Amino acid sequence: MGEVVWTTLRLAGLTTVLLLVLATPIAWWLARRRAWWKEVVAAVTTLPIILPPSVLGFYLLIAIAPQSPLMGLLHPFGIRTLAFTFPGLVIGSMVYSLPFAVQPIRGAFEAMGPRPMEVAATLRASPMDAFFTVALPLARRGFLTAAILVFAHTVGEFGVVLMIGGGIPGKTETISVRIYQLVENLQYAEAYRLAAGVVVFSFLALLALLLLDRRADEAVR
Amino acid sequence: MSVEGRFSGILGAFRLDAVFALAPTGITALSGPSGAGKTTLLRCIAGLTRMPGELSVAGEVWQDTRRFMPAYRRPVGVVFQEASLLGHLSVRGNLLYGARRTSAKPEIGFDDTADLLGLGPLLDRAPANLSGGERQRVALGRALLSQPKLLLMDEPLSSLDAAAKAEILPYLERLHRALAIPALYISHDAGEIARLADHVLEMRQGRIAPCEAPAPTLEGLSSQARDRLALAALRAGLTVEGEDVSPGPRSRV
Repeated sequence: MGEVVWTTLRLAGLTTVLLLVLATPIAWWLARRRAWWKEVVAAVTTLPIILPPSVLGFYLLIAIAPQSPLMGLLHPFGIRTLAFTFPGLVIGSMVYSLPFAVQPIRGAFEAMGPRPMEVAATLRASPMDAFFTVALPLARRGFLTAAILVFAHTVGEFGVVLMIGGGIPGKTETISVRIYQLVENLQYAEAYRLAAGVVVFSFLALLALLLLDRRADEAVR
Repeated sequence: MSVEGRFSGILGAFRLDAVFALAPTGITALSGPSGAGKTTLLRCIAGLTRMPGELSVAGEVWQDTRRFMPAYRRPVGVVFQEASLLGHLSVRGNLLYGARRTSAKPEIGFDDTADLLGLGPLLDRAPANLSGGERQRVALGRALLSQPKLLLMDEPLSSLDAAAKAEILPYLERLHRALAIPALYISHDAGEIARLADHVLEMRQGRIAPCEAPAPTLEGLSSQARDRLALAALRAGLTVEGEDVSPGPRSRV
């Protein structure tokens, strides 16, 4: 049981870190561009929210299967497939949780408006310098929200993880998959314990989020 | 003339066609009705808005037909209409943000700036806990400490109430006396202009009156405009003799 918890936390942690790095430039671009067609990009990055996990999992599985052209690019490096592997699971989780990272960060960048970056420019900060010393600190709450959402969402995912991970113990089996299998085998006592753990964790994550929001409201007042 | 520029271009439905020059020292007021393009001109000078034109400051070309120096490379200090302090930094952090990023040898030091603008007691406060007037003083100090060769102020008092204005004006007058660089000050408050400005540029529909235009006399004005002017002059502490307003040596209205 410790094994599935460790796999789950490792998956959620890695997905969160990598996704924040990936989502930041996307969110920045979406927040600063005025062109209408940027919403096409926004819609694509939001799509995983409304797609059934099985649909997403199916496409991801095809994309990381040995025959896929994408994997073909990796064949020279000795990687034949990422299906049913931990790295494949990380990639799948990143796609699945992408909207939960992009939306709050984009919102924070938009709420900031263009003025702080202009102020920084008139104070001799290059665009890159200003991004790290002004935009990132001012949008920190968006990042915190994104991190909590992505972590919790990854801990709770089931369909995608099952389809592209296959639930291999010690490698790709997460808590949600284990609960499913325990119930299938009528091992209710252990299922209860794991499920209760997830409920408590999810509650704490939500509470943290709400408390953060509250503190931000007070700071504005 | 230490600052000379010319900008002409179209921004949306607005056409800017401005030729101007500023004296090496002293405050030049830029006045005119709203929508005349004052803020747009200021943004062009700062490099925040890009428009075809030429600009040189203290012998250095900031923009011409071939080059456009980005805003962050221009030694310019800008005070916006709203103080726009960086909310994640303390007052001290705001003051030092630009100072840390300039290689110019300091013309004005941290302590002198804090003294000049009365910022000493505010240094460790967060911008959110400052009054409107205090915020603008910090914004002013922050701009000065970036060691600019040109200071731009976009109606820095317009977002303040009367009490805050009265509180900050003496600081601006002290700054005016200490300032060794040219400054452009956007305002349409005749009283402010009379108290702070050495020269006045008038802007209308994207065009600017020449810098060396003779000060308008009262003859050409309607009686309403004359009354407004006299009232503004009175408020600013100038005396009115008969039909004529006699401005101080620094002020041409």
